[in-house]
Amino acid sequence: MKLTIKYFGLVAEAANKFEEVMELNGELTARELKERCLNGLSIRDKDSVQIAVNQNLDDKITLKDGDEVALLPPFAGG
Amino acid sequence: MNRYDRQIKLTEVGYKGQKKLHNAKVLIVGVGGLGCPAAMYLAGAGVGNIGLMDHDKVDLSNLHRQVLFQESDVGRSKSVVAKERLEKQNSEVKFQVYEEPLTIENAESIIQQYDIVLDGTDNFETKYLINDACILADKPWVFASIYKNEGQLSVFNYKNGPTYRCVFPKSTRQNISCETTGVLGVLPGILGTAQATEVLKIILGAGEVLSGKLKLINMMQASEQTIKLNKRPEEVEKIRKGGIAPVYIDCDLKDKEQWYLDVREAFEQPKPKGKKVLNIPMGDLISRYQEIPNNQEVFVFCQSGKRSKNAIEILKNEFGFHNLKNVEGGIETIIDG
Repeated sequence: MKLTIKYFGLVAEAANKFEEVMELNGELTARELKERCLNGLSIRDKDSVQIAVNQNLDDKITLKDGDEVALLPPFAGG
Repeated sequence: MNRYDRQIKLTEVGYKGQKKLHNAKVLIVGVGGLGCPAAMYLAGAGVGNIGLMDHDKVDLSNLHRQVLFQESDVGRSKSVVAKERLEKQNSEVKFQVYEEPLTIENAESIIQQYDIVLDGTDNFETKYLINDACILADKPWVFASIYKNEGQLSVFNYKNGPTYRCVFPKSTRQNISCETTGVLGVLPGILGTAQATEVLKIILGAGEVLSGKLKLINMMQASEQTIKLNKRPEEVEKIRKGGIAPVYIDCDLKDKEQWYLDVREAFEQPKPKGKKVLNIPMGDLISRYQEIPNNQEVFVFCQSGKRSKNAIEILKNEFGFHNLKNVEGGIETIIDG
């Protein structure tokens, strides 16, 4: 399946990109995809990064072809 | 001519709406990059009662984005200067100044006196604090955060809607401010103005309030996205039952054997762990200088490196310390990890 991943904040910075398209085989949940994407990136507190699938906050959902996944870290600047 | 004529003409406002604005009470926590433009538009619109809360002083490096302040204000209290400027803009508005930080002790009782809270803060601890106090006081709050060229915006705890903890149940230690990452002044300008817009809509009962949604803005990419949020009732219930759940952000410093002196106030975060880290706020230096070792090198730090430089001057000139070294660039440069 083909997935579009959108990166935000510190995650985008660590990944050095705002967006990428991934081709993946097999079944996986949004949370598993997050782990795969964040693996190897130097980000503290990966637990704090939230996942939205097709603009809905949800990490338990099983992904399907064409889904858009956003990885949203909290930030606090003002 | 009525000063509000141009907004009263809108069907969403009218004389009835203007009266609602006049009677409204809005607390702005943090009069900085977000709080300044928000305060100006709310005062301009005739929001009758505005609380201005900030314990910080105006710094020259604030002026590119904190549009209420002028060069002659450097060194003065942000909340006091903001009140002076805003009173000139609209003398019909009552301003209440709080030259103190929002704390676990004062949060609920202060927020209780207002209808809506506008979050102009720059740290996670205060955002969670506002969130929890608003749950307990049953008030909506308008959240915004920025990181470099990106912004997040939402209205939390509005008519039983999702709260900040429903989106981010877990905080992060990565408490990074504009001081360390840099920001173009226009970004908090956009977000602060959007926050003021949400406040006006809530007061007027007009339009679609950004509740249950998180808006993401990237100014450089010229992109925007809105994420739908769900309530996590257990997160809200935890606060209702247990009260404010303070978020303490701790950290390790790179050199465990080194003596450090932290001259920041007790509420400032992150808090370094370790037996060789002394926390003596600037105001207590004179009464507590004897706690500082004088026979080995001590690194002195604050948030940015400015206060610590002053602290070293005081300790050197008043008490003859010659073993102190300033941490230029502040705490972020000595954190491990």
